[in-house]
Amino acid sequence: MMRLELVKRPQRSMLFSALSPFIAFVLTIIAGAILFALLGVNPLKAFQIYFLEPVSQVWQLHELAIKAAPLILIGVGLSVCYRANIWNIGAEGQFILGGIVGSSIPVLFPQFEGPLVLPLMLLFGMVGGAAYAAIPALLKARFNTNEILTSLMLVYVAQLFLDWLVRGPWRDPKGFNFPQTIQFNDSAILPELMPASGRANWGFVFALVAAVLVWILMSRMLKGFEVRVLGSSPRAGRFAGFGINRMVFFAFMLSGALAGLAGISEVSGAIGQLQPVISPGYGFAAIIVAFLGRLNPLGIVAAGLVLALTYLGGEAVQSAVGISDKVARVFQGMLLFFVLGCDTLIHYRIRLIGLAAPTLESAPKLEEAR
Amino acid sequence: MSANQDDANLLEVRGLTKTFGTLTACDHVDLTVAKGEIHALLGENGAGKSTLVKMLFGTLEPNSGEIFWNGQAVTITNPGFAKKLGIGMVFQHFSLFEALTAAENIALSLDDGSPISTIAAKARALSYSYGLPLDPQSLVGDLSVGERQRIEIIRCLLQTPQLIILDEPTSVLTPQEADKLFETLERLRSEGKSILYISHRLEEVKRICDRATVLRHGKVVGHCNPRKETAASLARMMVGNDVQAVVRAPAQGIETAQPLLEIRALSRKPATPFSIPLRNINLTVRAGEVIGIAGVAGNGQGEFFESVSGEVSQQDAASVRIRGKDAGGLSITGRRLMGAAFVPEERLGHGAAPRMKLSENLLLSRHATDGKVFVGAGGMVKSDAIYAAAQRIIKAMDVRKSAPDPEAAALSGGNLQKFIVGRELDRRPSVMVVNQPTWGVDAGAAAHIRQTLIELARSGSAVLVISQDLDELFEISDAIAVMHNGELSKPLPIAEATFEKIGLLMGGAEPGHAEHALETS
Repeated sequence: MMRLELVKRPQRSMLFSALSPFIAFVLTIIAGAILFALLGVNPLKAFQIYFLEPVSQVWQLHELAIKAAPLILIGVGLSVCYRANIWNIGAEGQFILGGIVGSSIPVLFPQFEGPLVLPLMLLFGMVGGAAYAAIPALLKARFNTNEILTSLMLVYVAQLFLDWLVRGPWRDPKGFNFPQTIQFNDSAILPELMPASGRANWGFVFALVAAVLVWILMSRMLKGFEVRVLGSSPRAGRFAGFGINRMVFFAFMLSGALAGLAGISEVSGAIGQLQPVISPGYGFAAIIVAFLGRLNPLGIVAAGLVLALTYLGGEAVQSAVGISDKVARVFQGMLLFFVLGCDTLIHYRIRLIGLAAPTLESAPKLEEAR
Repeated sequence: MSANQDDANLLEVRGLTKTFGTLTACDHVDLTVAKGEIHALLGENGAGKSTLVKMLFGTLEPNSGEIFWNGQAVTITNPGFAKKLGIGMVFQHFSLFEALTAAENIALSLDDGSPISTIAAKARALSYSYGLPLDPQSLVGDLSVGERQRIEIIRCLLQTPQLIILDEPTSVLTPQEADKLFETLERLRSEGKSILYISHRLEEVKRICDRATVLRHGKVVGHCNPRKETAASLARMMVGNDVQAVVRAPAQGIETAQPLLEIRALSRKPATPFSIPLRNINLTVRAGEVIGIAGVAGNGQGEFFESVSGEVSQQDAASVRIRGKDAGGLSITGRRLMGAAFVPEERLGHGAAPRMKLSENLLLSRHATDGKVFVGAGGMVKSDAIYAAAQRIIKAMDVRKSAPDPEAAALSGGNLQKFIVGRELDRRPSVMVVNQPTWGVDAGAAAHIRQTLIELARSGSAVLVISQDLDELFEISDAIAVMHNGELSKPLPIAEATFEKIGLLMGGAEPGHAEHALETS
């Protein structure tokens, strides 16, 4: 009988640490090819439809930016949490709450117009996301609950709350009973960047600015140092005088605010009203983005574009060859699996161990095998 | 190999090598242990002693080399096999469940399935016959460190080993408890058992060991008869050169000097069921003096350090006073801003973040006190200033390293400790509190650190040193107080202090601990 054991490597390979996202991507492609082949589709053709056609025209690049913006915004916020060793899995809920709170202005005050509307909505969105993220933070700081569970469960609360709002109190009275709010007025719509060539809106600019600001925060500022110390060695952080509970609130509320900003940008930019579902799982896909980007805000920009492509590709293969667009989720899942797998193998190596005690003859062979 | 040698040598090791990455922890080590001898394995921390015995006990796998047991080549793949051969081991860090009784702990390590009552009776009989009285029904959590060690030893003896490996057994004992242990070891030797005794304490090796093997940087540098050597000659073999002695000028006019650190009626409830409460601790450290706190590990020193440093703040603001002002309610940052500096026991993960560079680790304890120099407008970190300061400390403390600004984990224990102490000295603190300043540090670096602490005090600061190493405390302190079971004795001026007096206090011979005193005397 054999068993597998992970043995810590004495040194990490810098080369493979840098290459790991690319290796993971290649492995995903290989696994994806097998998947397509099993579904009876020529893998080469499928990949062309999946990865190349969605970005072959300028307007499609705009679509890519629309999909990438929320992924980058949320992923950048989550990277701060994960660097601090705080596991916010509820960005999807914070995204939704940001969308709801930000939308409260155009929905409840449709007559309120002017240049103040949009900044207020964005601010409200950030406050809504941050406040919603403060709930698991409070539970963790006060009662030491596991933030993975509480933040995840609050996602479902947020989804059902939105569903209730658009079917109940906030439903458009002239909307033929469709579960949606009124269309936002013009001053509540996030403008497009280059209307001549496509739909991309300012959300993508917000994402880039957030990535640069968070990169400065993490690499150049005392607060970022605090995040890294508390995340990597909490005892040393306490010795430094950094408060762990303060950090729980900081990390949760920062990532909540960015998720909320992503939410209101999506609602006021890409959708233009509230409806029962405002996110195709951005909050969860952003977890993959954060890790694929190696928790580095600038890497997350690139990772966000890759993940956005999996969404567009999923839609493309559905319309072109009739495969379910759930294939996008499969690709995202495989990508995360391979990224985490590569990272694990950078830190550990696998060793096969026979359960029977090795005899004198077999012992030297084991040595050679390694 | 002749039959004669088979009789004489219980264990023979030839060319045993173990590498971790690029580090060769044991490099072609040869060792023989004869039947019925106490064999010392001498070496500084990091010399490879623990790695060697872990290979003998089957918890590490050697890269190459041979082990002969009674003349037979063996491959020791796991501790169970080592036990079957007849090798028993008492680890430096005990592996006992605090919530279970002594007998239950022993039963867990035996796999013969006999009932607890039988095991308890056997353990009791064995413990008394070897002069290590032990109540098998007592909860481990209630026992002193010395008593816990007895459980480990009894547990080992119940398996009737022929070779017993003891890893730094006296590091957790009072001098009186150590004497009792030595009697037991001599008794075991007279029964024909062999003992491999790991230590860096030269006096005790000279006292009880028949032969010694000295390791340095993973290599055997000599075999000798410790009784024929002097402590100085053994030290030279261990360290490789002569160690500079620490110079301590007597402190002048301390009685009238200003008290810089005052601890008044400091009490603390235990934070966990098995941590030690602090009971009414009073202590004054004046400008210009070094006060040492002795004590067996686990008597509240860690809790005391946390309370004084402010990692845990107090309800009563007056219970800790720094430079004449109440500091009990302040955080560690607040206390640093009042002029205090702290060096914790654990280097990696407490005093320093292992995966961060030395310059970042400088910022760790000084981001508030040197805020103007290291942190600019808007919370931007001034990397250049920090890097320059780190280089200054590295130079002042002679920190040896492989890169200009390496990660903390890349440094050896001694060099990292020099950096951590230097990081605080660089501020010229008026109060310095250090927990185990030279634990696991090689002799040369230890002497350097001790000398700088004395010099800091003589320049007008108050220095408080918590240490388990009595030799160290006698070397640097102006007075020594003893911590036992969360209580602190009055400081004994160094002129009046002797090993025996301090040892009795470490065993709890204070009023109110009469029962412990009787037991150890």
